Amino acid sequence: MKTTRREFIKISGMTAAGAAIAGTVLGQVQKATTAGNESAEDEHEWTRTPTYCEICFWKCAGWVYKNKEGQIKKIIGNVNDHHARGKLCPRGTGGIGSYYDEDRLKKPLIRKVNEEGKQEFVEVEWDEAIDFIAKKMKGIKKKYGPEHMALFIHGAPGKHFEHLFAAFGNENHAEPAYAQCAGPREAGFFATYGVGVGSPEPADMQNSKCIIFIGNHIGENMHNSFVQEVSLAIDNGAKIIVADPRLSTIAAKATHWLPIKPATDMALLLAWMHVLIYDNLYDKEYIDRYAFGFDQLKDHVKNFTPEWASGITTLDPELIRKSAYEMAAAAPAAVIHPGRHTTWYGDDTQRLRAIAIINALLGAWGRRGGMYIGVRKKVPKFPTIKYPHPHWSWKDITKDKYKNAAVGITNVLLDASLPDYPKEHQIKGWFIAGTSFINSIPDRKKIFKAMENQELIVVVDTMPMEMTGYADVVLPETTYLERYDYARDGKNRVAQVAFRMPATEPLYDSKPAWWIARKLGMKLGLNNYFPWRDMEEVLDWQFKQIGSSLEEMKQIGVKTVDSGEDIYLREGEDFEFNTNTGKIELYSTDFAEKGYNPLPTYTKHEEAPPGYYYFVYGRAPMHTFGRTQNNPNLNDLMDTNTVWINPKTAKLWGIENGTEIWLQNQDGIISEFSTKARVTERIRPDSVYLVHGFGHNRNLLKKAFGKGINDVPLITNIKVDPIMGGTGMRNNFVTFLLEKPILKEEVES
Amino acid sequence: MRYAMAMDTRKCVGCGDCVVACQTENDVPIGYCRDWIVEAVQGTYPDTVQMHFKSERCNHCDNTPCVRTCPTGASHVIEGGIVKVTPNECIGCGACIVSCPYNARFVHPEGYIDKCTFCDHRVALGQDTACVAVCPTDALIFGDLDDAKSPVSIALKNNEWYVLAPEAGTKPQLYFLK
Amino acid sequence: MTEELFVSGRHIEHIDPYLNLWGGPIAIYLFLGGLAAAILIFANFFFLMGKADKYPMTAKVSTLIPPVIISFGLILLVYDLHHKLYFWQLLLNFRIESPMSWGAWTLTFIMIPAILWPLIYMRDIIDYLSERNPACRLLGLLNWIDKMANKFGIVRFFIGLAKTYQKPMAYITIVLSLILGVYTGILLSAFNARPLWNTAILGPLFLTSGVSTGAALLMWMSKNHDEKRLFSKLDLILISVEIFLIIHLFMGMKAGPLVQYDTAMLFLGGPYTSIFWVGVMGLGLVFPAILEILELNHYKIPSWLPALFILSGGLAFRYIMVYAGQFSSYNIL
Repeated sequence: MKTTRREFIKISGMTAAGAAIAGTVLGQVQKATTAGNESAEDEHEWTRTPTYCEICFWKCAGWVYKNKEGQIKKIIGNVNDHHARGKLCPRGTGGIGSYYDEDRLKKPLIRKVNEEGKQEFVEVEWDEAIDFIAKKMKGIKKKYGPEHMALFIHGAPGKHFEHLFAAFGNENHAEPAYAQCAGPREAGFFATYGVGVGSPEPADMQNSKCIIFIGNHIGENMHNSFVQEVSLAIDNGAKIIVADPRLSTIAAKATHWLPIKPATDMALLLAWMHVLIYDNLYDKEYIDRYAFGFDQLKDHVKNFTPEWASGITTLDPELIRKSAYEMAAAAPAAVIHPGRHTTWYGDDTQRLRAIAIINALLGAWGRRGGMYIGVRKKVPKFPTIKYPHPHWSWKDITKDKYKNAAVGITNVLLDASLPDYPKEHQIKGWFIAGTSFINSIPDRKKIFKAMENQELIVVVDTMPMEMTGYADVVLPETTYLERYDYARDGKNRVAQVAFRMPATEPLYDSKPAWWIARKLGMKLGLNNYFPWRDMEEVLDWQFKQIGSSLEEMKQIGVKTVDSGEDIYLREGEDFEFNTNTGKIELYSTDFAEKGYNPLPTYTKHEEAPPGYYYFVYGRAPMHTFGRTQNNPNLNDLMDTNTVWINPKTAKLWGIENGTEIWLQNQDGIISEFSTKARVTERIRPDSVYLVHGFGHNRNLLKKAFGKGINDVPLITNIKVDPIMGGTGMRNNFVTFLLEKPILKEEVES
Repeated sequence: MRYAMAMDTRKCVGCGDCVVACQTENDVPIGYCRDWIVEAVQGTYPDTVQMHFKSERCNHCDNTPCVRTCPTGASHVIEGGIVKVTPNECIGCGACIVSCPYNARFVHPEGYIDKCTFCDHRVALGQDTACVAVCPTDALIFGDLDDAKSPVSIALKNNEWYVLAPEAGTKPQLYFLK
Repeated sequence: MTEELFVSGRHIEHIDPYLNLWGGPIAIYLFLGGLAAAILIFANFFFLMGKADKYPMTAKVSTLIPPVIISFGLILLVYDLHHKLYFWQLLLNFRIESPMSWGAWTLTFIMIPAILWPLIYMRDIIDYLSERNPACRLLGLLNWIDKMANKFGIVRFFIGLAKTYQKPMAYITIVLSLILGVYTGILLSAFNARPLWNTAILGPLFLTSGVSTGAALLMWMSKNHDEKRLFSKLDLILISVEIFLIIHLFMGMKAGPLVQYDTAMLFLGGPYTSIFWVGVMGLGLVFPAILEILELNHYKIPSWLPALFILSGGLAFRYIMVYAGQFSSYNIL
């Protein structure tokens, strides 16, 4: 193996100091978990502090309960919060485990070369770590300019570092949450309605009479209020239509399950449009009033009959027709949920356009039971001096290629990090916070190559995730239960602001993101951008602007503000959409201008080669991405994934339930670890299914290490969406290896 | 008073929230659980395959083999038919574990036998059990069967239901709505 | 295809994937209980028949064994508790419906005659042993026990009392022994949750098996030709009864409801089939029975041989019943 500058450090230089701290905390944990039932009696002596959850992006507000010794005992949803509705999902309830996890990052680490010439992490004090980063960042600024860095973020810590980087003169930030996840739906809906979808998705499911899911496995993606709404819909007797190659949890509850052949969803959507239009089922009045380009659409879908789609999707044409009639009968209280992780095949923006169009045909957007118009109360930013204007930003290297990218594209920034990228826009340093993107962005080869070209890699995280193994500096962040963050103020049915505060002092030598950003900012001489002492000052000012205060927020956790806006269109209301035509663009003038197809059309995607199977990945309700597998409570619920195989396929291979298997993809990439086969009727014979997020190869994640198969390295055939730059990841196929393969070192520069 | 729980298999998504909520509410050690989720699949792809989840726990039976076989009286029934174990009366012989057709009991790492308590400490305060309170889909319903207006009485009145292993003769009080 | 699986990560030690809480200690405990009961029944029965002097081995010497193995059984029972420090709770409570409680109390009560009986005959036992095997190492210990017993007035008083009321005591002991013998079966059959155990045949079956192992041990230990032949014949009868009961057990189950049928199939084409039919039925019952028939027909067979097979078969039978019983369930998963 060639030694690289950035060797993956599996075992860090854990010193005695770290071990000693771990010892005392372990004691606390054991005490906490063996306290028995006496907690019940003295619960009235407990205290509670508000938070909103950080285990996933749904950000449900809740209360953290502590006993009189100050130990965190449980987290309960906030009754007044529209995301939580008094309940947290298993991950939120188990969020307590992220705090008690003994494998947390405990001290800042710096990569150093020891006497034997081996790279290792050395524990350092915060000052040394911050000095080191500041020196390197100043070096990059001097040598190349401040624009030559990239900030990769996810979740609440992101805002603090975005501010730091803007002050530094850099706008190159990106989240896997866009180009590896929800980007296509934002672009697709924006092109149609002039507004993206946002989170939570404004599908008015609790009032729906018919809900349609395209591969969206609600219940397995445990988005809290979303699941609660579907449950209400079931109570209301709503019809549920699910297209999925797998009998997902929601498919098992559906009125109609359409076991569609993978990668053919577009054909189904076009056929539904055909039926809705040619059988005169669409909302004529709504289309006449609000939509543009109906005639072009009608003409376009003329030949896309259910019989045509049947040949492509393997679905019974009658089922396609019947389901279209079902949704039309419920319209406008019917909605095709836009989904979330939509980067599938590379033509995803167009597929999401198709979904947006059907919602328009049903008259769903802005209608009760369809899609409501979310409202919010924006918390203003704490005033600071104006940011410097960078000479270039992500837009300059993205917009010529992916014209409708709304935010930074991770993979574009990765491309710019490669040594052969034009020097004027080449990235030379990475700052990563809250994302171990090695486990979310496909094409590892490229990532490793880009990594080698960096003069600085900083990773901020609470856990020793894989990404930290490649860092020069690792900064231990506190968990969300130990820190302040900016308030949550996104859209919902009512405008709400949710507040997070530390429930307890941080464990170990971890620090909140705001503290790290401020400290580093000061070191970089950006004092004017941090004219406050701490987050309490910032938040108090912010809350006062919306008629509250820090004191009040500590008591209530969630503030509801009357926005005075309607969430549905009024009967016969004239509504100006934020599009070129001011209408819902069934025919996208914007796309036409930019040279993209103005109407969604079916493209045939690659099919599984003989002996290979469509590689379908997804979620389990008890885990978020790859970040919760080591959480003791959630690991207890699910500690590994299994490969779902249809009994017919399994029989061909001699695979039985529990057979140990490895997966190999179409490019010869073999999974690092093995896992057990689950032989089940719940999947098509031409597909296999794997829950994403397992197969961690960092042994510092003691509970998660080596458990299950990681889907990400097996995703090597990537189809990039030409409209917004998302990485289509579902063009991969796997086959089974029943004996332990000899793995060749895949990390090569 | 007769406490009982109903579990709506039509709404449960098998997320396991009830399991974690129980774990944090009752300090159940990692590696153990007082409630759990079973996934049941029948039929053949694609036309007849069906799946549902069951959230299971102690059935707080009317006819309690666990209490009967307990040699010390540590296993006992309290107000409302809740079956409990007194840790410092329990010798950890396991007779109750073996006598339970639902495998609802286990040996706590400290040696005594542990199980679901129907969160009697919460129920005494008029609250729902931790699992019921947290269930995101409201698939779990708790209440007093002697009170015709309790949520569980209403759920059982208006739905078809079944219990697990009725032939074991334990008269279980965990009902599954179908 | 049907699937039932845990999806919340449940995997509790001793419970999943199938119950295996009780193991060797319980099986040995049941075995020793049955053996002790058998020895006490025979000794007391022979005494009551007035044959204590004719068969001193059975009526006197063999009674050294029960207090030892009952104690050992009790130690195993406590050892198998998970909350050991609270074992005394057993002796603070008597739960009439709990077989575990019955067992603890029966064992406790039976210890009184079981200890007194060899003390009554201690001189005879020492004489018997020193006559036949003067080098026997046990003699030193027995002499010491004899000495100590005589040293304390209270012990002498109780031995005297026991001698005075030896007949009623023998009746009571036989009753307690029968309870003990049946109890080893009832303990399991009280668990309705385990279909294999949930049958009324288990009590008589375990009693028969226990008495059979006792008879085999006595046959082995006896130096008296008549005594040997007696136990040999008795054992043949007991084995026949046992085989009858076992077949009856499985036939009944196979004709029963589905759970019972499934349970029977564990032994009739399932994981326990070969070990049960070869290990218990073949080597533990039929083979020694053949040996005994041959011996009774004056073939030269050393008496330890069938005895050893019967004893091992009896132990194996309990092991399998303990394990398979926990394996059998109502298929709730």
